[in-house]
Amino acid sequence: MLIGKSPKIPTSEIISETTYLNRRKFLGQSTALIAGSSLLGSANAGLQPDDEITPEDIVTQFNNFYEFGTDKSDPYENAHTLTTDPWTVTVSGAAKKTGEFAFEDIIKGMTAEERIYRFRCVEAWSMVVPWMGIELKKILEQFEPTGDAKYVEFKTLVRPEEMPGQRSFFSSIDWPYVEGLRMDEAYNPLSIMVTGLFGKELPNQNGAPWRLMVPWKYGFKSVKSIVSIHFTDKQPLNTWQQLQASEYGFYANVNPAVSHPRWSQASERRLPSTLFNTNRRPTLPFNGYAEEVAHLYKGMDLKKFY
Amino acid sequence: MTVAKKPNNRLKLVLALLATAPALWLAYLISQEISLPTSGLGPDPAEGLLHYLGDWSMIALLVAFSVTPLRRIFKQPMLARSRRMLGLFAFFYVALHLATYIVLYVESSWQLLVADFVERTYITAGIAGFFGLVAMAVTSTKGWRRRLGQNWLRLHKVIYLVIPLALLHLIWLRKDGFGDIALYILWFSILLGERIYQARKPRAALTKGL
Repeated sequence: MLIGKSPKIPTSEIISETTYLNRRKFLGQSTALIAGSSLLGSANAGLQPDDEITPEDIVTQFNNFYEFGTDKSDPYENAHTLTTDPWTVTVSGAAKKTGEFAFEDIIKGMTAEERIYRFRCVEAWSMVVPWMGIELKKILEQFEPTGDAKYVEFKTLVRPEEMPGQRSFFSSIDWPYVEGLRMDEAYNPLSIMVTGLFGKELPNQNGAPWRLMVPWKYGFKSVKSIVSIHFTDKQPLNTWQQLQASEYGFYANVNPAVSHPRWSQASERRLPSTLFNTNRRPTLPFNGYAEEVAHLYKGMDLKKFY
Repeated sequence: MTVAKKPNNRLKLVLALLATAPALWLAYLISQEISLPTSGLGPDPAEGLLHYLGDWSMIALLVAFSVTPLRRIFKQPMLARSRRMLGLFAFFYVALHLATYIVLYVESSWQLLVADFVERTYITAGIAGFFGLVAMAVTSTKGWRRRLGQNWLRLHKVIYLVIPLALLHLIWLRKDGFGDIALYILWFSILLGERIYQARKPRAALTKGL
């Protein structure tokens, strides 16, 4: 079924969890109606007409989370060992409120809202994922970053006893996994901290208890299982840039015009694909979110700041 | 002669069956995949297939390269009779790997292909190795062996380039997690070490070993 002409709704438009759950009920009651299409109504905001939500078992069983191994099935197979409760987050650097915080206290009183985003991996595959999350700006502002906070740096948990990838002798990653954003990127309404997936709690393998999601950047920017938030005036050296600066930059904006040295970024394989159809489609600048974020990079040479 | 030939044929048959096993398992995975998409080869089946064939290509190459040292170590001259067969199996897996890449992965888009061949060093290395294998496979027949004489041996030394090229192809393409590559390199180093050791031994001892 084709989705008819719908009024242009900004991507930043969102729906609450209750609406989401009701919508799911509605979807369940009208499966016959929606055969062939998985998107309806307001959930369609910001999506292309042919963006169909990737099945849940694929989103939760096929991804990269090198802390649990380098195969895409490793996170699903190994992440059950991760303890996410209690979860302490250290906030440091250029902010008025710093220290150690319990994860529940940080998100207390905030409601996770559904955001259906395209997810584009730097390896040239993509998905469409219904995240549940909180605007990153709301979270960061609680700590009252000072004028010196030009960037925010995030770190993933280091716990080798629960994360087999961190025990691996054959990994060249210097744990913890580090990522960062410029403050204006972090404050863009599209940037969220994800706490759920498909209307449920975020599974361990997808970065429980919370992870970043910046949909106009390659997936590796969206750091998982965060234990540290650091405000700084220096551009953070993110893990992949540290490993291969010629291939991975700080910005990592989805850009079909700038190839990764080892593969083209001009197109992507939308998962799930089938054996005889890779479901290849052109990659959009800023992963299709140019309208919302292109202004952040005005005057910058994106070939240089990749 | 007939007495010696029988166990050799049995050995060759066993080796042939072992070398076919990954292809048979793959046939099963593909049939699963076709009846229920993503069940056999995962959500990205073209890539799943590509990596499966790539892994077995590397293993098959190293197996074929192991024949001569094993023949010497276990004093099994008859093993040599399986060398061509195992080499051709390696070629078979590599050819399927390349065909998968061309037909299913870049979906025969010539622009994408040419760009990949020229710009991506790991693909350049892989293709160069493949051409080396083609030369070996084509000249693997008895007729070619006779026609080329001493040059046949020289030509087939190209395997000393093919395997390092295959390893480079894998190293350059990998982002992280180098465990299997370390094993392959170790395996190759041992085989190479044995050959260097043999080459430095006095000639008489070498022929005695044969």
